[in-house]
Amino acid sequence: MDKKATPHITQNEALVFERSQTGRRGYRLPALDVEETALDELLPAELLRDDDLEGVPELSEPDVVRHFTRISTWNYNIDLGLYPLGSCTMKYNSRLNERVARIKGFASLHPLADETDAQGALEVMYELQNHLAEVTGLPGVSLQPAAGAHGEMTGVMMIRAFLDARDGATDEGAPRRNVMLIPDSAHGTNPASAHLSGFTVKTIRSTSEGLTDLEHLRELCASGDVAGLMLTNPNTCGIFERNIREICGVIHEAGGLVYMDGANMNALVGVARPGDMGVDVIHLNLHKTFSTPHGGGGPGSGPCCCTSELEPFLPVPRVVTTGGEIGNPRFTLDYERPQSIGRVKAFFGNFGMHLRALAYILTHGNDGLREATEAAVLNARFISQGLADTFEKPFDSPPMHEVLFTDKRQTRKGVHTLDIAKRLIDYGFHPMTIYFPLIVQGAMLIEPTESVGRAELQQFIEAMKEIAREATEDPETVLNAPHTTRIGRLDEAAAARKPVLRWKPTEKTATA
Amino acid sequence: MRYIPNSPEERQEMLRSLGLGAAEELFDSIPAEIRLSAPLKTPDALSEIELLERFETLAARNAAARRPSFLGAGAYSHYAPTIVDALIQRSEFFTAYTPYQPEISQGTLQAIFEFQTLVCQLTGMDVANASMYDGSTAMAEAVLMAERVTRRSRVLVSGAVHPEYMQVAETYVAHAGIELRRTGFDMETGRTTIDEGVGVEGGALDKSVAAVVIQSPNFFGCVEELKAWADRAHAVGALLVVVVTEAASFGLLRSPGACGADIVVAEGQSLGVPLSYGGPYVGLFATREQYARQIPGRLAGVAYDKQGRRGFVLTLATREQHIRREKATSNICTNEGLIALAATIYMTALGRRGLQEVAAQCAQKAAYARKRIAALEGFSVAHSAPVFNEFVVRAPVEAQGILRRLADEHNLTGGLALSRYFPERPNDFLVCVTETNKREEIDALVEGLKKVWSLESGV
Repeated sequence: MDKKATPHITQNEALVFERSQTGRRGYRLPALDVEETALDELLPAELLRDDDLEGVPELSEPDVVRHFTRISTWNYNIDLGLYPLGSCTMKYNSRLNERVARIKGFASLHPLADETDAQGALEVMYELQNHLAEVTGLPGVSLQPAAGAHGEMTGVMMIRAFLDARDGATDEGAPRRNVMLIPDSAHGTNPASAHLSGFTVKTIRSTSEGLTDLEHLRELCASGDVAGLMLTNPNTCGIFERNIREICGVIHEAGGLVYMDGANMNALVGVARPGDMGVDVIHLNLHKTFSTPHGGGGPGSGPCCCTSELEPFLPVPRVVTTGGEIGNPRFTLDYERPQSIGRVKAFFGNFGMHLRALAYILTHGNDGLREATEAAVLNARFISQGLADTFEKPFDSPPMHEVLFTDKRQTRKGVHTLDIAKRLIDYGFHPMTIYFPLIVQGAMLIEPTESVGRAELQQFIEAMKEIAREATEDPETVLNAPHTTRIGRLDEAAAARKPVLRWKPTEKTATA
Repeated sequence: MRYIPNSPEERQEMLRSLGLGAAEELFDSIPAEIRLSAPLKTPDALSEIELLERFETLAARNAAARRPSFLGAGAYSHYAPTIVDALIQRSEFFTAYTPYQPEISQGTLQAIFEFQTLVCQLTGMDVANASMYDGSTAMAEAVLMAERVTRRSRVLVSGAVHPEYMQVAETYVAHAGIELRRTGFDMETGRTTIDEGVGVEGGALDKSVAAVVIQSPNFFGCVEELKAWADRAHAVGALLVVVVTEAASFGLLRSPGACGADIVVAEGQSLGVPLSYGGPYVGLFATREQYARQIPGRLAGVAYDKQGRRGFVLTLATREQHIRREKATSNICTNEGLIALAATIYMTALGRRGLQEVAAQCAQKAAYARKRIAALEGFSVAHSAPVFNEFVVRAPVEAQGILRRLADEHNLTGGLALSRYFPERPNDFLVCVTETNKREEIDALVEGLKKVWSLESGV
C-alpha cells in the first residue's frame, strides 16, 4: 500500500490522473465560427477515435496549477543552490535569456516561413555561428544538432564522410579506416555515437597522471586502420591534456582526424581554442558552457564546429550570407551542399537555445567570457585545495574547471561514494557527479562553475568535511542518508525487475 | 560581470590563498603556444537594455511571425493556455538537472511518468519514453529499433512521409547497414501505395522487410488506412511504424495503437510548444510492451523507498549510453525534458474534452477552408482522401508566386509551396488550418486567392 510521505498536503500530491474529476475543465476555446459539418461526412467511422480518450484526465485550471506547483517543490534546482556536477556545467540560467527567447517575433516564427520573412532569425543563427567559430577557432559551424550526443554523432559522421571522400572505398566496398579511438575515461555517449556512425571502438589507456597514454596511442595507430580519436579536453578527470598538440599530430600522421567532445569548454573559453590545438571537429553544449537551461533533461543544443577542410560535410542547410544591399546583408539557407552528411534533424536545430546562447555571449562580452572561465577554474581549484586533506585525489595534476576525488579513505569504514552523495543532500546540496569517469574507483567529480560565490563554496567544503568525519565517527548516518527528503533511497533494482512505466486506470500498481 | 558572484577583489583573495598571483596562472598547464594572448574577437558586453533593443530589432525583421498563417508541414500554430509557460518558468522545473538523484528530483520524475502515460493514451500504445529531440529523429530511431527487433535490414518508408524526416532517417541509417526504400503514393487519393510509384522506385513488402513506415495524416494531409497497413506488414512479420507530425490529430483520429501499430513516433510541438523557428520541439516515442527493452531514450518508472513510499526513478538504464556505451539502444542523453513538461501541462490543462474540442475545431475549420477554396475559379483540391487539418490546393499557376503576392498584398502566409520538396509539383501548395485561424482569416485567404488569380489571369 502506498504510504503517505508526511501529513502535509503538498508532499503527497498524487498523479494527475488520480486527481481527475469527470466534467472539470481547464481551458476555454472561442466558439466554432464556421458552419459545422457532420463528422461522418468529414471522415469515415473507422478512421475516427473510438476510445473517447479514456484515461486522459479532466482538471480545472487551479487543479493543474496546484498539481505542477506542488510537485515542482520536490525538485532541487540551480536557482536554489549549487550543483557541483562534474561535466555538467550547472551555471546560472539567466532570466534575460528567457525573455529574449519569448519575443513574439521569434517564438511565433514558423520554420518554413519564406526566408524574406525570417531575416531576423537567420541573422541570429549566422551571428551565433560566427561567435562559436571565434570561441573554438574552427570556422565551419552547424547549429542543427539538438544535443551534445547529437553533435557527437554529427561530427563523427563528418569524419567518416571526409575519409571516404579522401581515401575512397576498398575493393570490397568497405571503408579502409574503421577504428575510432576513445579514452577509457570517456563519456558513454562517445562510443555510442561512434557506433552509430559505423565505427569500431578501441580504447586508449590513461596514464597514472590521468592523461592520455601517448605510447598506447602510438601503438594503436600503428595498425593503419585508425579513422580518428574522440577526446575531451580538459579530460573527464578535469585535467588539461598538455600533450594535445602531439596527440593530434600522432592521429594526423596516422591519417586520421581528431574529434573533441566540447563538454568541458567552460575551462577554455577565451583562454585557449581547440582549433589551435589541432582539433578537426568539436561539438559544443549550449546547455553547459553557454548557460541554456537544463530543463530537467533538455532541451539542449549541440552545435558542431570544424576546420575548413571538413566544412563541406556539415549538415544541410547552412546559414550563409549573400551580398544583399550595402550594409544590409541578406541571410539565406544554402541547400547546395553535395558533400554534406545530410540532415540530422528537421528544420534548423533548437533555435530557442540559439537565441539564449547568443544572449549569453552578448551579455558577457569578450571580457566577461574570459572572466567566467577564470572564475570557474578558480572555484574548482579552491575546492580542490579545501578538500585535499579529506578525500583521496587520484591525480596530482592541477585541476581545471572540475576536480576529481575518490572515496578510498572513506571506504575503509564502509562508506562509499554513493553514500557520501546521498548525505550531501541533507546538507542542502545536489550531489556531485558520481562513478564517472569509470577509470577511477568511486569517482566523485566536482564542478562548481563560476556561478557560485566564495561563501557557498566554503559551505560546500565544510559539508564534505563533515560527511567525511561522519563516515569515521557515525557511518550509519551516512549509509542511510538522505534523512531530510520527503522520500528516501528508492529501490531501483526492484523498479528495473518489474518496470511500471505508466499509470493505468484500473490498477494503481499494474506491472509493465 | 554580474552573473559571477565573486567580485574581482574576492577572486584576488582566493588566488592568493592558492598561492597564485594572477588569474593567468590558473592556466599554467596549458602550453604557452596554444594559450590566447589577445581577447577573443567577440563583441563587447551589452547591458540588458541594449541587448533587448538588439533582439527586438532582429525579431521585427521576422514578418512571418506577425501575419495570420496557414503553414503546417511539421510545425503547427496552436494556442497554448497561459499556465503552460507560467509553470515551466518555475525555477524548480527549468533550472533543474536530469533526475539522476531521484530523492531531490521527484517533481521532474513524476512529470515524466505523467508524460509517458499521456503519450501512451494518445498513441494507444503500452510504453512511451521520456522524449526524443523531435519527430524526425524519433522516426530515425524507430527505424533503427525495427532493425534491432526483427533482425531484418530493409525498411519501407512511405513516399508521403515528411521529406525532411526522410532525409534525417537517411543520415541515421547511412552506417547502420539498413536499406531504406521509399514507396510511392497515389496522386489521386494522396495516400501511400506500394506497387505504384510516382517517379520513385517501389519496394515489395516481403519477409526481408523489418518495418513499413507510414505517416498519418501524411505530408499531404491525407489520413492513411493504418489498419490495412498493419495487416499487410504483420502478414510478412514486419513492424508497422506510424509517424504523426500533427499531434492535435490524436484528439479526433483513431489511435495508431488501435490500428495495430508496433511503434508510434510523433512530433509533440502542437501540444503547447511555440513554433520558435523549428525548435526546441519534442519527439514522442511509444511502442508495445514486448519491445520495451529495445526502446531508446530515458524511461521513468515507479519505485518505493524503505518506508513503502511511492516515488519515481529513471529505470531500465542498461539500455542507455552511460551503461552500455557502444552497445546502447541509442546515444541519446539530453532529450527535451522541459518541452515534454510543457506538453504534459498542455494535455492536462486541455484534458480529454479540450483535446477533442481542439481537434474538432481544426477539422471543421479546415473543411470550411477546403470547401471555399475548391469552389474558387481556377483552384482545386489536389487529393481525394479524407484529411484532418491539412490539404493540398492546386493553383492555376505557380504556387510560389501566388503565395508571395498573398504575403505582400494581403498580409497572409497562405501555405507551403510543395515545390520546396517536390519540384515536379510547382502549382501545388499545402494549407493547414487550426483552431487559431479565425473565420475572417480563412475568408481573407479565399478572397486573397481570388484577387491574386484574377489580377494574374487578367479576368
